[in-house]
Amino acid sequence: MVLMKMKFSFQKRVKLAQSLWLLSWMATVAGSITFCLGCFLKIELRKRAEVMGNTDIYIVPHTLMIVGLGGLGINYFAGRICQDALDPSRFPQWKTFLKPYFGASMFVTFLMFMAMLMSFIMKGSLESSLLIGLRKGIRFYKDTDTPGRCFQKQSIDRLQMDFQCCGNDDYRDWFEVQWISNRYLDLSTKDVKDRIKSNVDGRYLLDGVPFSCCNPSSPRPCIQYQLTNDTAHFSYEHQTEELNLYLRGCREALVSYYGGLMNTIGVIVLSVLLVQGSVLASLRYLQTSLEALEGQADAEAESEGYLLEKSVKETVMEWLEPVLKLLQLNQVASEEGDAAPA
Amino acid sequence: MTVLKIKFSFQRRVRLAQGLWLLSWVAMFTGVVIFSLGVFLKTELLRRSEVMHTMDIHMVPNMLMLVGLASVGINLCAGRICQDSMDVARFTRWKNFLTPFFMVSLLFTSLLLVAMSLSYALQPSLEESLKIGLKNGIRFYKDTDTPGRCFQKQTIDRLQMEFQCCGNSNFKDWFEVQWINNRYLDFTSKEVKDRMRSNVDGRYLVDGVPFSCCNPASPRPCIQERILDNSAHHNYEYHIEELNLHSRGCREALLSYYMGLMNTIGPGVLSVFLVQMSVLASLRYLQTAMIGVEEQENMEVETEGYILEKGVKETLNEAKENLKNLVPGWNGGQVVDEATEGDAEAEKAA
Repeated sequence: MVLMKMKFSFQKRVKLAQSLWLLSWMATVAGSITFCLGCFLKIELRKRAEVMGNTDIYIVPHTLMIVGLGGLGINYFAGRICQDALDPSRFPQWKTFLKPYFGASMFVTFLMFMAMLMSFIMKGSLESSLLIGLRKGIRFYKDTDTPGRCFQKQSIDRLQMDFQCCGNDDYRDWFEVQWISNRYLDLSTKDVKDRIKSNVDGRYLLDGVPFSCCNPSSPRPCIQYQLTNDTAHFSYEHQTEELNLYLRGCREALVSYYGGLMNTIGVIVLSVLLVQGSVLASLRYLQTSLEALEGQADAEAESEGYLLEKSVKETVMEWLEPVLKLLQLNQVASEEGDAAPA
Repeated sequence: MTVLKIKFSFQRRVRLAQGLWLLSWVAMFTGVVIFSLGVFLKTELLRRSEVMHTMDIHMVPNMLMLVGLASVGINLCAGRICQDSMDVARFTRWKNFLTPFFMVSLLFTSLLLVAMSLSYALQPSLEESLKIGLKNGIRFYKDTDTPGRCFQKQTIDRLQMEFQCCGNSNFKDWFEVQWINNRYLDFTSKEVKDRMRSNVDGRYLVDGVPFSCCNPASPRPCIQERILDNSAHHNYEYHIEELNLHSRGCREALLSYYMGLMNTIGPGVLSVFLVQMSVLASLRYLQTAMIGVEEQENMEVETEGYILEKGVKETLNEAKENLKNLVPGWNGGQVVDEATEGDAEAEKAA
């Protein structure tokens, strides 16, 4: 049972070839856009690579780049084929090429679909990566003298200022780590000794945050130290004070930024996928309608085009037969092997 | 004596017209580029208009926008003229239009050079404007409850963070103003009362700066208060501490940013000027070459083209004569006076 059969008069075939040529150019542009989107996403992720715990999320931009390049190749050939399509002498040279071409195109289209899905669903993985990365960043904030970590402070400060956020979940994350290096603590004063003795690990913990948490929209000069002590500052209540520091956590800020980026990219890839699909369908119709004409002397006759010669199930079985044969061969060989010694 | 005479055969005229047509399209495109550069520069100046006192510097982007628009019109006309130049009948209708057209085009094209020189000449004015604007901004930093000035604090904070600068000339400018609002000062404490009594105006002055002066590149957490007091902080000497705060003043930072912008735009403007002048020169040659064709009523003769028919001085004198004839009131006024004087004398004599 043929899948989606359509009749094609000569005029219709000509129009199909012309629109396919236009579509293939559109799809080439769309493919290059996909590639550029992949590059852009990779650059944006690299910019904040220091606060990400793992590199799982990079599969999205890598897939996009591969799909973009693959799309460029597919659509180039689609344009060449449809240019040769209406010339009965030049079309046969493409015959043997078309079957592997459709196989490769279906694979690239499938990858495009996967890339689109991934850009919508990988937010969870990104969030857990950021949780770990930010926790590390806040812990190593003070280690500006340790090689390999000396720029952690600067990157966390710039991150908090650029994304207008403070800490991992909120500003209280800074209360749980020592973010002032021992080099700048006077270990002989009572206050410092008390704070260090107040916890098991001997860390200098205080209810203060770095300056990069300060919100410029606040009407009063920034309060960064003794945040939970209402008496330390005039006319200050830490429970009702909203504008003093950034209230959003950096994890939430980064997830919403990258999530928005990937949502936009997903929508664009969906439209590219539709264009690509229509190019492949048109090419398939053109191929089958021209093959039906073979052997007939009249190039202007009406012919039928279809997507698949047999139904989907039968076509899949056809493709799988060689694979199954390989497996069966092994079985037969082992049976013979068993029979021989017996 | 004609200026820069060149012989033009028919083939050469055809090629001149074709080259001019292409060049006029290029020049129109560059005119659009100049317009957008003007828009961009104006947007950047408007973004920081709160810390600028005067708007003198806006002359530069305004001129660029004007010239950009004018050059689009000029080059459209040039393209049409050179299209018509192949047909003598159609070319004659442009005859009266061309001389004023050249005057206007030269005027607008020279505005480009004026804009470029202004961008250098107005630098002291920009610096002065920034100095006053930043001084006001720092003075009104604390007035977040005064209508009309409530966003001054946010503006100055974002400016200092974005341009990585502190204060007007340097961070010590913050020591001379009260940048903490009275609403947040506890007037019952001794320290506050002492500070307010220590100066004539009763201002609360501290040797501290806002958080936006802090440099993220510093290895130690930011020290923003008691900056001059070495004993208040462990292992700290303010003489040698370089990375703690931004060392650059905001006036210098903004000035270098805008000068950099205008220096980048400068070569573009110069090249557009050269393209436009070449369009006008080619058009002039085409016009004067076509005059010879008209006289002889034969498309294919060889004619001469020139920039000016007579020498520069004679042309200027001629232009002055034409202007006098156009504006009768000028010399005509003298004639009228003489007539009335003559009448008065005649009356006197009578």
